[in-house]
Amino acid sequence: MSLKYVDEFRDPSLIATVANEIKRSIDPERHYRIMEVCGGHTHAIYRHGLRDILPENVELVHGPGCPVCVLPTGRVDDGLAIASQPNVVLACFGDMMRVPGTKGTPLELRARGADIRMVYSPLDALKLAQENPDTHVCFFAIGFETTAPSTALTVLRARELGIGNFSVFSNHVTIVPAMRAILDSPGMRLDGFIGPGHVSSIIGCRPFEFVAQRYGKPVVVAGFEPLDVLESILMVLRQLRAREATVENQYRRIVPWQGNAAALRALAAAFELRPYFEWRGLGFISQSALKLKSAFAEWDAEARFAVPGVRVTDPRAAQCGEILKGVLKPPQCKLFGKECNPEHPVGALMVSSEGACAAHYRYARLDEAVHA
Amino acid sequence: MCLAIPGQVVAFVAEQPALVRVDVGGVRRNVNIGLLEEGELALGDWVLIHVGFALSKIGEAEARDQLRMLRAMGEDELAMEEVRGYSFAADDGERR
Amino acid sequence: MLEARVTPRRLRFTDERIEMSHGAGGKASRRLVEGLIAPAFANPVLATLSDAATFLINGTRVATSADGYVVKPLRFPGGSIGELAVNGTVNDLAVSGARASALMASFILEAGLPADVLRAEVEAMAAAAQRAGVPIVGGDTKVVEHGMCDGIYISTFGIGAVDERLVLDPQTVRPGDKVLLSGPIGDHGITILLARGELELEAELRSDTRSVWPFVECLLATCPAGLRWMRDPTRGGVATALNELARECGLGIVLREEDIPLRREVRGACEVLGLDPLHIANEGQVLAIVAAGDAQRALEAFRSVPGGAEARLIGDVRAEGAGTVIGLTPYGGTRAIDMLVGDPLPRIC
Repeated sequence: MSLKYVDEFRDPSLIATVANEIKRSIDPERHYRIMEVCGGHTHAIYRHGLRDILPENVELVHGPGCPVCVLPTGRVDDGLAIASQPNVVLACFGDMMRVPGTKGTPLELRARGADIRMVYSPLDALKLAQENPDTHVCFFAIGFETTAPSTALTVLRARELGIGNFSVFSNHVTIVPAMRAILDSPGMRLDGFIGPGHVSSIIGCRPFEFVAQRYGKPVVVAGFEPLDVLESILMVLRQLRAREATVENQYRRIVPWQGNAAALRALAAAFELRPYFEWRGLGFISQSALKLKSAFAEWDAEARFAVPGVRVTDPRAAQCGEILKGVLKPPQCKLFGKECNPEHPVGALMVSSEGACAAHYRYARLDEAVHA
Repeated sequence: MCLAIPGQVVAFVAEQPALVRVDVGGVRRNVNIGLLEEGELALGDWVLIHVGFALSKIGEAEARDQLRMLRAMGEDELAMEEVRGYSFAADDGERR
Repeated sequence: MLEARVTPRRLRFTDERIEMSHGAGGKASRRLVEGLIAPAFANPVLATLSDAATFLINGTRVATSADGYVVKPLRFPGGSIGELAVNGTVNDLAVSGARASALMASFILEAGLPADVLRAEVEAMAAAAQRAGVPIVGGDTKVVEHGMCDGIYISTFGIGAVDERLVLDPQTVRPGDKVLLSGPIGDHGITILLARGELELEAELRSDTRSVWPFVECLLATCPAGLRWMRDPTRGGVATALNELARECGLGIVLREEDIPLRREVRGACEVLGLDPLHIANEGQVLAIVAAGDAQRALEAFRSVPGGAEARLIGDVRAEGAGTVIGLTPYGGTRAIDMLVGDPLPRIC
């Protein structure tokens, strides 16, 4: 029944070992605030109940690494506008299907007749285009640097095969500018970072050195199994105790320090950085998102389709930005759990199950139940 | 962006594009290895799979090293607890 | 000692349109039924909102159940729509403590459907009914225009007498009661997901569709007095069924994750797709709440049923955490196990 390279990193006795070591590494008088950048880590933390294993004074702050959460509503509307063109199939990941645009979610629009299909891989979207030469298949691309190389290779393949009825609506974003925005925001009180292990499998560890060198905060690039997350927290705490600030790689079985050269080549071939891009909850950030190069205009949905491009702002009462930066916790937003909940999300962080608010709502609001 | 799972290469499927068949707990899928360097993979190797692509080959040695270090940490902890236990026993002996 | 019970809140249905999520068996489905349909038909039997409706006819307690089947694809490893239609209704009656005495079947057929397809389903239904020991005594057939339904839709209705020894009621559940599960979860839902072919995943998996009456029968033989509640965890999975129970009885439920039986392939598929097995549909399993003193015997009884070897005790009822279901991870952590919102969707993040 066991899954290799998964269950060894869920070994209860090793987890207990690291948990004990964490207790030994902390100053009981100090309150530690460590941000896990990546939404996948947020999910793992709640899924495995890791907060119960950590000491009370080690607080995990949820970062902005949730590509669905930071996607502005206007961009969702743009994607759905493409879907409502005649003879167009919009292909999305499952994550996108319940993200609300102004007029409804992709699932709702599909139920009303739009041709929107769920795919597991951008290659499946390309295959759909090959098999249906009379329709146009547009792939709604989301994700950080983990996912962008896969989109890049898919576009390169589309060009290679001369598939003209395929395009990509690129909403890929990059993690470093978001981290910088958080580090620069006033009121930020973070001691260290759990770095995004799968993003790092592509970009390596060096891009995070600025966090240590310029801001003096430790970064530990972490895997996603419970043992990985806990060991990474331990490594951050040890650096803090030794008053060090460097980048360390906990996820050595996956992440090469210099990153994935082939993936970076694919990215460079197909994509360029947008001058700026809006992040829901964080505002406009420069050089933070990917656009297909002009050589690939034929496969760029934004070049082939006229999209509304309307900016839709969140209600002012939604405090997504403060929560993203770790200044507020989800229950401190006035809308949390009331107007804004997983079934009717108002703000970015309730939309995806790994958004800070959704994670808190689903898993942690039962804290009273657990500790009763 | 982060859901990626280890799978074992059980067959080479195609040259162009480079496809292998991967097994995750008995579930199988074709996976594109275009993001790995040429010639990097052998049958039986483990890769990290994300949206139908292999992002990385899993380093067996690194995994073993990490687990070995953590087990050693656990043994150190046990050893320390034993020592504490001995000192209690020594105290008892002296008091008696 | 008085226990505080959470009174379920009245739900209101304010959606403008019916969406797919209203049929998925989770929160949205509950809102539709409890907020729109049930209030219109208001009556005491309906108010219990169990899988089967139980009422008295001339002194005999009778259970009835109706279910619609719209699954795609029609055939899949381990079964087909016809088998689901028979077993589904037999099981709804079974978990209400009634052995199905008769079934009726209503077919809605799409014009243009190959006769062989219908023949195969009818034969599958006959075989399933024979295995379950229940006759299909009547029904109805309608044909709609091409494009108006997906080949075949089947509705089945079943009736049976409730075993006199039983009082199945969420209100009889007590702190300290145990949660019993008949076998591995997720087989059916993952089989269907893979059979649709969109995800290009392959695995040796079959739907677990079968009559669960043999499990109920042995509980009746072993510990009828200590049997509080049963459910077949179909759409929405074990998580939804137990959340509904927790809500109805106003108590808390704690599941031990390492005790939940799960096939390797189901686990693999869920890891690849980012799904939670507790939310995946089952078509051949029983969840039962039994008194602590009867739990071990009930477990052994389940295991003595052919196909019950993997039955497990998976959790406990407790007073704390009223209305919630919580999971204990193998490393001392806890997590919330929530009701399903809409269909389980694969994710990449």
